[in-house]
Amino acid sequence: MAEFTMPSLGADMEAGKLVEWLVKPGDRVKRGDVIAVVETQKGAIEIEVFEDGTVDTLLADLGQTLPVGAPMAQIRAPGEAVPVAPAPPPEAAPEAVPPVKAEEAAPEVPRAPPPAPPVTPAGIAASPAAKAKAAELGIALETLEGSGPDGAVVLADVEAAAGAQAPRAPDRGAFLAEMRKAIAAAMARSKREIPHYYITHTVDLSAASDWLAQANADRPPEERLLMGALLVKAVALAAREERSVNGYFGAQGFEPASAVHLGLAIALRGGGLVAPAILDADTLSLPDLMAAMRDLTMRARAGRLKSSEMSMATLTFSGLGESGVEAMAGIIVPPQVALVTAGAPGERALVRDGAVIAARAVTFTLAADHRVSDGRLGSKFLTALDAKLQMPEAL
Amino acid sequence: MTEDDIRRAYIEELVRVAPDIDPATVRGSDHLQDDLELDSMDILNLVIALNSRFGVAISEAEYPRIATPDLAAKFLAEKI
Repeated sequence: MAEFTMPSLGADMEAGKLVEWLVKPGDRVKRGDVIAVVETQKGAIEIEVFEDGTVDTLLADLGQTLPVGAPMAQIRAPGEAVPVAPAPPPEAAPEAVPPVKAEEAAPEVPRAPPPAPPVTPAGIAASPAAKAKAAELGIALETLEGSGPDGAVVLADVEAAAGAQAPRAPDRGAFLAEMRKAIAAAMARSKREIPHYYITHTVDLSAASDWLAQANADRPPEERLLMGALLVKAVALAAREERSVNGYFGAQGFEPASAVHLGLAIALRGGGLVAPAILDADTLSLPDLMAAMRDLTMRARAGRLKSSEMSMATLTFSGLGESGVEAMAGIIVPPQVALVTAGAPGERALVRDGAVIAARAVTFTLAADHRVSDGRLGSKFLTALDAKLQMPEAL
Repeated sequence: MTEDDIRRAYIEELVRVAPDIDPATVRGSDHLQDDLELDSMDILNLVIALNSRFGVAISEAEYPRIATPDLAAKFLAEKI
């Protein structure tokens, strides 16, 4: 039996709050299925399961905040026998509080013989979980109608009331403040632990711009490419060649990654930032990459990213988009070992054949980990990136 | 379809592309990039949505004409 635990969704995550179960005991799952939704400081994340099997037991309750690594469910491997007796073993005492799960919320009466629910001083019968939740949310128990045994208030009743009372939108300010705290903590740690070095290179985008204008001329909007997609593809291809920027730094030191899962920094309205990964970005065609970027941007805005996207990036790219300043330097997202940033592409004075000309260009900055590489390797990466962008038709 | 209808439909599509925008707070003069903080990817998503809703092809050169709800309502009304 495998234990399914609260995954780490990035260096800045310590705990997550379970807000939705999408499976119930007995359901078959396969690797990659989304089985739960967890709320983190980076928004709601869809949690995927990493092995095939059958859900045996759900161990976490809705509304529960669980630290990274805490067990959430038990999953039987394919072929594994159902553990003895679905009927309760005779010696098993009924659970004091029947756990309230998503699929048996509200009117259903809990299976275990209901122990008399504790009675609050005010004479309201409520389960301990319901009481704790109500206290946390500042909801008066006597205002709720209980759906538990003998009309006792159970956790689901409190949560239903909380949902009705407080739609989530107005909390956006608080949500962004939490996200800012998480970013600050992770970045402070990164700067403390990773000896960063920075190198910068300006790349002539004339060839890429011309190619893009031609490629987009006859395309309907849903097939149009943005310069951002070309930059992302070039970064991914260069990372495949210069492996010292692509991977993780762990207890054993640097482990280069064989695949390029490129984290894409997406700025959220009001000042948040997430960097979900485009898996195998180096292998996607430009139209596929573009579709993946559009999809990721929309889901980042909607707060519907997946756990694999939040945890698998091997390198992160952050671009300023089409307008803004010339260059920016960033901070590496641990346990990654490099971060590539791009300023806004624009007209620059470049020297070509001994003459100064005005041309469209973009300035890349590589922040990299000195424990893994140095300026010489870093400059090989930026040089490779430049070369890719001079041959846009090959991207 | 009046310009008001188009403006309402435009804001519906806008909020679908960027669900973190509260439609009640969007003003007719709000600029997609400067006020609503859309990036180039969001704008492309919006153009695609408008194209499929109104059947109006919007070229890259015409993006400034849909840059605010008011501008877009006028532009789309001419094109429909």
